Amino acid sequence: MELLLAVLVGALVAAGAYLMMSGRTLPYLFGLTMISNAANLAIFATGRLTFGKPPLVPGDAETLAGAANPLPQALILTAIVIGFGLLVFALALALKSYRGLGTDDIDAAAAEERT
Amino acid sequence: MLLFLPLALPFTTAVLTLLAWRTPGLRRTISLAGALALLVSGGAILARVLETGPFAEQAGGWPAPFGITLVADGLAAAFVALTGLTAVLALIFARADVTAAEEHAGFHPLVHAMLAGISGAFLTGDLFNMYVWFEVMLISTFGLLVIGSGTLDGAMKYVGLNLIGTVAFITGVGLLYGTTGALNMADLHARLMDRADAPVLVAAALLVFAFAAKAALAPLHFWLPASYHTPAFTTSALFAALLTKVGVYALLRVFSLVFDTPGTPIASLLLGLALVSMLIGCLGALVMPSVRRVLGFSITASIGAMVLGLAVGTPLALAAAVLYAGQDVLVKAGLFLGAGAIHRTTGSEDLARSGGLWRGQPFVALLILVPALALAGMPPFSGFWPKLMLVRATLEAGEGWLAAAVLVMGLLTLIAMARVWADAVWAAGPAEATPARLPAAMLVPLAVLAVLVVAAGIWAGPLVAFAETVAGQILDPTAYIAAVMGQPVAGGTP
Repeated sequence: MELLLAVLVGALVAAGAYLMMSGRTLPYLFGLTMISNAANLAIFATGRLTFGKPPLVPGDAETLAGAANPLPQALILTAIVIGFGLLVFALALALKSYRGLGTDDIDAAAAEERT
Repeated sequence: MLLFLPLALPFTTAVLTLLAWRTPGLRRTISLAGALALLVSGGAILARVLETGPFAEQAGGWPAPFGITLVADGLAAAFVALTGLTAVLALIFARADVTAAEEHAGFHPLVHAMLAGISGAFLTGDLFNMYVWFEVMLISTFGLLVIGSGTLDGAMKYVGLNLIGTVAFITGVGLLYGTTGALNMADLHARLMDRADAPVLVAAALLVFAFAAKAALAPLHFWLPASYHTPAFTTSALFAALLTKVGVYALLRVFSLVFDTPGTPIASLLLGLALVSMLIGCLGALVMPSVRRVLGFSITASIGAMVLGLAVGTPLALAAAVLYAGQDVLVKAGLFLGAGAIHRTTGSEDLARSGGLWRGQPFVALLILVPALALAGMPPFSGFWPKLMLVRATLEAGEGWLAAAVLVMGLLTLIAMARVWADAVWAAGPAEATPARLPAAMLVPLAVLAVLVVAAGIWAGPLVAFAETVAGQILDPTAYIAAVMGQPVAGGTP
């Protein structure tokens, strides 16, 4: 299971990095989203991956032995919320920038300024 | 309760300025009062740290390392106080600089949300909370950058490149928790002692990347010169004085308290980043065509010098880094507000199109000269002492070439500042028109900053002593950890 997740994280980072190097705003933001989700999955794996355990501590035990650690999941939850907010803002910015410049080329404004 | 004030006050002010949406005069007054309250609370924290040493407070009474810990030592307290001071001066300047449209778009609430994020990043004792405060700060700066900019190009680059740093930060924090089971920095210190295995080093490298991007260290500095010249002058002064310092603070804190840096690959990495930053920052500052673009590159150079102090790692070098960072808050605020004064009086901040200020208003011209010379490290201004300490520390460490690098950086900065001052202030304006009068709201903050920069250079003794105390706290965090973990302080005078 960890191996599967590791391969998935690697694939997401690779695809994200490829998209981010396109030099255009929208693919850049999609690539960034992929990488931030890859980061979330990597953190998810650090808290152990377990199947089918009820989230109940047996009456005579102090802790739930062998269960996943919920704290990394809480971290991811926070990261997802923050990441979602930032992505929405960045998408709105990209749209406004596209409407203003008429292109989604990241270096268009700088090239215009030089000429 | 005291440590919660620098978070609660800006958030309260942000809400109150939103409630006063329809009365611009009241909104400005509330905003300025909130900044003054932040300054007072920062001063109170600093006074208590000076009296009794580092102290901590736990949110909701949950004991560390399980609860949310706020902790102030000399470094954090000094930066919170400086944040309040910069906010007060910038918001006075804003009365003449920020337009009604920008205020209506939410300038005041965003500034105070940003101040809350900055104070939180300084005061938190927990690595994940530091990430959250970074995000609070980042999203507010996105807003400030967008409302103040004519073009969205700079904002787009700022947002895009800062988000990469964010992802690295959260990944590093997650890996660190995965390998140690802790997030509280005092707790991590005990758990990471003598550990330099692969997961720890990977987490450390990700955090170096995140903080270096936030601090605008080369080669991760590209977002800064692309965006800092676009918003209102008040906004870029706040950004320049405070945001990169948060990155430097995070490096100073995490790579002394959490990771044992001296002698590890991390120290070599920081040294390389510092030298590249000093070089690229100075060279960029020499060729840029407008005042704020020159200053943008000079930020990268200054940050490089601060990180050099951390990388050398001796008590004197750390004291130099702390003093450098502290006085640089005032210098950068003075320079960026000075750029605003140039723009207001001559109608442009382009080196080719501005000028004439020296003939029309020599007093204002001198107020801009003071922080420019301080940035270059000329005596008797505040920038001289940290550079001197840094040169001495590198020589004592037997690294003469690093001392040479600091001196060359000083020379190049002096040339860059001379070019700015000569072209934008001293030279006759192209139209030979007399420059417009500077409003009092702009003159007062500039004068206060210039006086502070001179005073910090002339009465440097107590500041150097304080910086050495802070460096001692950084190198030996016993008192910090005792304050967080609630044990009696062992020999804990600061």
